[in-house]
Amino acid sequence: MAGAHINQPVAEIDIEELRFSLRRPRSLFSYGMSLLTGAATVAALLPLLSVLYLLAKKGLQGISLATFTELPPAAMAPGGGVGNAIVGTVVIVFLATLISVPIGILAAIFITEFGPETRVASAVRFAAKVLTGLPSILAGVFAFAVVVAVTGGFSAPAGAIALALLMLPTILLTAEEAIKRVPPRMREAAVGMGATPTQVVSQVVVPTALSGILTGVMLAVARAAGETAPLLFTSLFSNFWISRTSPQFLPKTLSDLMKPTASLAVIIYNFSGSPFENQIALAWSAALILVLIVLVVNVGGQIVASRSSNP
Amino acid sequence: MSSAAAKPSSGRKATLPLMFAGSASDISRPPTAGEMVSDRLFRRTTMIFAWVSVLLVFFIVFSIARVATPAIRNYGSAFLTTTVWDANRQRFGILPAIVGTMYSSVLGLMIATVFGLAIALFLSEGFLCSALDLVMARLGLDQHPFWGTIPNRVEDVLKLTVELLAAIPSVVYGLWGIFVIIPLIRPICDWFHSHLGWIPFFGTPLSGPGLLPAALVLAIMVLPTISAISRDALAAVPPKMREAAFGIGATRWEAILAIFIPTAATGIFGAIILGFGRALGETMALAMLAGNANVISWSLFSPANTLAALLANKFPEADTIEVGALMYAALILLGITLLVNVVGTLILQRADASLQGLR
Repeated sequence: MAGAHINQPVAEIDIEELRFSLRRPRSLFSYGMSLLTGAATVAALLPLLSVLYLLAKKGLQGISLATFTELPPAAMAPGGGVGNAIVGTVVIVFLATLISVPIGILAAIFITEFGPETRVASAVRFAAKVLTGLPSILAGVFAFAVVVAVTGGFSAPAGAIALALLMLPTILLTAEEAIKRVPPRMREAAVGMGATPTQVVSQVVVPTALSGILTGVMLAVARAAGETAPLLFTSLFSNFWISRTSPQFLPKTLSDLMKPTASLAVIIYNFSGSPFENQIALAWSAALILVLIVLVVNVGGQIVASRSSNP
Repeated sequence: MSSAAAKPSSGRKATLPLMFAGSASDISRPPTAGEMVSDRLFRRTTMIFAWVSVLLVFFIVFSIARVATPAIRNYGSAFLTTTVWDANRQRFGILPAIVGTMYSSVLGLMIATVFGLAIALFLSEGFLCSALDLVMARLGLDQHPFWGTIPNRVEDVLKLTVELLAAIPSVVYGLWGIFVIIPLIRPICDWFHSHLGWIPFFGTPLSGPGLLPAALVLAIMVLPTISAISRDALAAVPPKMREAAFGIGATRWEAILAIFIPTAATGIFGAIILGFGRALGETMALAMLAGNANVISWSLFSPANTLAALLANKFPEADTIEVGALMYAALILLGITLLVNVVGTLILQRADASLQGLR
């Protein structure tokens, strides 16, 4: 009976007209466009494969233990490594994390828990969005104006402040999302037991949202480690270890930090324009190390995120 | 549900000794005076840090503008319209850098839009999944517990790969551009110059670094932004519109071109504007590949300069007067990118609001 109803109007159309066939221009066009889109997608991913292939080939070729333990070579000299640049990157990114994490998380706590509807909260959200779009080089310009110009020299903290500025919006916005996902009934239960808002935040909300917050921090660290532009004229570069006394890779005094510091990103930039084979090979090895660091932290952050997605 | 409710009693025991240990009367109690004070202190602290992140934006603009003020007074608007950058004679003009920034960004954006939109469609409309499903059905494996899940997994891997594209540091793309892109496109560019040199776009030969290789690498870096945001816009097209389009017998591409893209148009446009904002501020690819020459030319193969590349190249060795001029240039770049980003964000908000009625 139902069949009769449906069959009636359909009978007036030529059902063959609707069948998929490459002889019909409509279907052919659709099929062709699908193929074209697929080809464009594959073409867009070729650069990534090419980059990864070259990193594996050229980067691995030059890599040895000396790459990690020795200082950059002079113009014509053979051998050498990027040991001080690895240390420098770690130190600068660590300092940047130390600056940006407290600001980002505490501001996120305020705009989600203590004053979500206030004008400050919407201003914070807007500011975070503006900072997301801030070109990385301008973070460097800012750090130059407030640190380098004031202290009178290039230093690791100057670079760290520039990087912290770039990490802040990622940390803040991810922490906000993570805290928002904490179910309200958990807060209500804690309040019902007489917990102050601070205790609710520190003992219920933050521990529950911790993995989400951690994801944001790791993604921000991964991004910051690869940034070059903000370091070019804030921490500059150095051909020496960070400390004069052994162990030389450990900064021990404030003056160790307050001088130009090497970083992986900047050594890649400096050596990429070099006419010397050895320095170019080192640039590729440094690029491989940098990409590995960035990818490990990035993928680690996404694994943490996938575990936290269902609190 | 139940797992979340059970969590506090087991998992939180260590962090909540007051609430979960001891007899029933200890479970809840009013906060002590000390707890009230520390509560107020903590709330104040978070509020201060919230203010810090807001004031930071103003502080950035203020501190750059402060150092730039002498240069703004000295050079005025001539700074924007002259073409010479000579620190020794203290003559500074950034017209070539502004033109180069716009030219390279538009060029990179055009390439990135084509490919970014293709990726967004490819991943949101499930082309790959349906194609692989057909293959699996032919092989009789589409219901297989392992092989049947392959199409979905391939698509997941593809999504992850597009995200990886954004994770590679820009300086690595710059290195790759110098040693792969430039040698690769050089013979092609030379052919265009020698055969079609009368067209202004091919007016000069490619002598190593130039606008086109820089724009190509720029496109790769903007691509993830465009594809991710326009994929969200396409995914937000209400399902009933999809079903209606297919229900009246539209082919897949008739539906895409006549229904999906027009519906998501505002969102896609917002994605392109935000991509433009990224392209304007991108530094390393251009500093390494554009050639840093203060030239204004229509030619795609001519070396060029951009605001960001100018800053990257001149800053490390600049004296006080040149720093002032560079800060002025930074302020211009800040103004342009802020404007573009705010416009892009507003467009995306409008796109979101306009779809509300359709749902």
